[in-house]
Amino acid sequence: MNIRSLLAVIVFIIVVLVAVPVLIAKSGRWDFYYTLTSVALLSIASAGVWFTFYIGRINIGQGAYALAGGYVSAVLVMKADMNFWLTLPLAGIFCAVLSVFIGMPILRLRGVYFAMVTLILTEVMRLAALALPVTNGAKGITSIPLPGAVSIGGVTLLPDFNTLENPKLAFYLVSATLMIICYGVLWRIVNSRLGHLCRSLQQNEELAASIGVNISWLRVLAYSISSFFGGIAGAMFIAVSQSIYPSSFQVADSVNFMLNCFLGGLGYVFGPMLGTLVLYFGWDLLFSTGKYQLLIYSSMIILLILLLPNGILSLGLFNRKIKADKHRDQEGQ
Amino acid sequence: MAALLSVQGVTKRYGGLIAVNNVSFDVAASEILSVIGPNGAGKSTLFKLISSFTQVTSGKVLLEGDRISNLTPHVVARKGVVRTFQEATIFRAMTVRDNIIVSHHLRSQASLLGFFLGSAKARADEAAFGDSADDIIEFLGLQGIANEVASNLPQGHLRALGMAIGLATGPKVLLLDEPFAGMNHDETMHMVNLVRRLRDDRGVTVLLVEHDMAAVMKISDRIVVINFGQKIAEGTPSAIQSNDQVIEAYLGSEDDVIGM
Ligand SMILES: Nc1ncnc2c1ncn2[C@@H]1O[C@H](COP(=O)(O)OP(=O)(O)O)[C@@H](O)[C@H]1O
Ligand SMILES: [Mg+2]
Repeated sequence: MNIRSLLAVIVFIIVVLVAVPVLIAKSGRWDFYYTLTSVALLSIASAGVWFTFYIGRINIGQGAYALAGGYVSAVLVMKADMNFWLTLPLAGIFCAVLSVFIGMPILRLRGVYFAMVTLILTEVMRLAALALPVTNGAKGITSIPLPGAVSIGGVTLLPDFNTLENPKLAFYLVSATLMIICYGVLWRIVNSRLGHLCRSLQQNEELAASIGVNISWLRVLAYSISSFFGGIAGAMFIAVSQSIYPSSFQVADSVNFMLNCFLGGLGYVFGPMLGTLVLYFGWDLLFSTGKYQLLIYSSMIILLILLLPNGILSLGLFNRKIKADKHRDQEGQ
Repeated sequence: MAALLSVQGVTKRYGGLIAVNNVSFDVAASEILSVIGPNGAGKSTLFKLISSFTQVTSGKVLLEGDRISNLTPHVVARKGVVRTFQEATIFRAMTVRDNIIVSHHLRSQASLLGFFLGSAKARADEAAFGDSADDIIEFLGLQGIANEVASNLPQGHLRALGMAIGLATGPKVLLLDEPFAGMNHDETMHMVNLVRRLRDDRGVTVLLVEHDMAAVMKISDRIVVINFGQKIAEGTPSAIQSNDQVIEAYLGSEDDVIGM
């Protein structure tokens, strides 16, 4: 990383963690916390979808992992009395492991075939949540307690959310932090050898195999990282809403995760974050149009994808920096 | 002559069609051996069988005595047998240099986690891959286009890049499928020299499929001829040129004429 991108990252972190809360406090629009918390968490799930795009697979099944992650966390908190913060990584790991078993057969498929199967996966997960005894069926799991405290060696890292005056702010801060960490990890993956191998897979699987890349293993690895993101996003989301139902994440959510990636730009690590922000706010802004909301929203997405096939980040405004990055990458290697 | 690579009674059926029929031959270390034959004779299929891109119906392929048939491509590549493709096959959206760097995968000492964390081993790997890539770029004369995106390259350069990718894996045996296709005479002769130097300077054993007979005669230590999936002759270029069966096979086909 050069000085300029480091500076950009620092400014971004300050805006997200300091400027936004200050502005919300000034304007009194406390409802924005929930909106922005949602954006942060949905953008984590979208980041996972983006990473499956990165190995050349269209993933319309992230809702399934968000739902599974949510249930794992909810069940562990409610039935095993576990601290939420412990269930968060467990939800991610559960989804990563689950996706290995699901991914091994389906990742052989390409293009529209893979996309179709993942789409169905979301529906299968919803039906499983309806049917399994542990999920409490259609009634869902409600009144999930707020996250407890985390302390290591007597030092409190995170306070008990029940003791907080403003848990909304706390949820926003942890969600935004989680998002920043996830995107940092994704950025690092993409710029390390793993990313380079994923690009080789995306561009030519046969050739990747012939240079010695274990392509089926790499596909499963990438898919499980992707699903890990889906799982922790789902778990965190459920902690915020304190309830989960089989319909908490559905096919429409899976489609949205994918659209966030398209819209932000498949060629850019931070594309899905921007895409999620724009789509989520776009949908909210159109609320006043009542019954035309979906019509206008869908038409605008179609238009945007037609006009900007490489995503919002492909606009000239952002391109200069991206190109500079690419150039530097070449020199750096 | 101890065989480095040994093809033993290999057969491949596609439904009712026998694409490769009981073919056997040995390749010695540091040999350049060409497989020739009319279109559809089964040459590319033979390469796919040797590199485990497809599975043999019967027979086996041995590398230094170990079976390498009916494994998977990446395992065979790890053992040192790497193929290039008939159609110029590259990573389109990467630069020439990145194409070559990523193809050093098998030479990684560090784990993927090490690369993620930027461990000392990973940084050493990266430096080594960079140096080796530059070395290969120079060897193949690609300096001028090292930072070009591969999809912009003309045919001749694509072929050279395909070979560079194969070379980057550090192979014992390189399988080149029609490496001179789409090249003019000068380009072909340049490539012929490079393939020779691949063997002479780098000790790589080369197995190649080629239609350009002038090039084949010039480059090969030995030639294996197949027709309708069967081996019909094997020998030195001069022996093959005067082999009646070979001449007949080629006179029977329209687009290939044997000769210098
Ligand atoms: N995947 C496949 N399925 C069915 N038939 C195939 C397949 N690959 C090759 N063939 C057939 O096998 C024969 C040999 O093909 P190939 O090895 O490509 O020939 P060559 O490279 O010598 O021109 C041809 O008749 C071809 O149609
Ligand atoms: Mg062929």
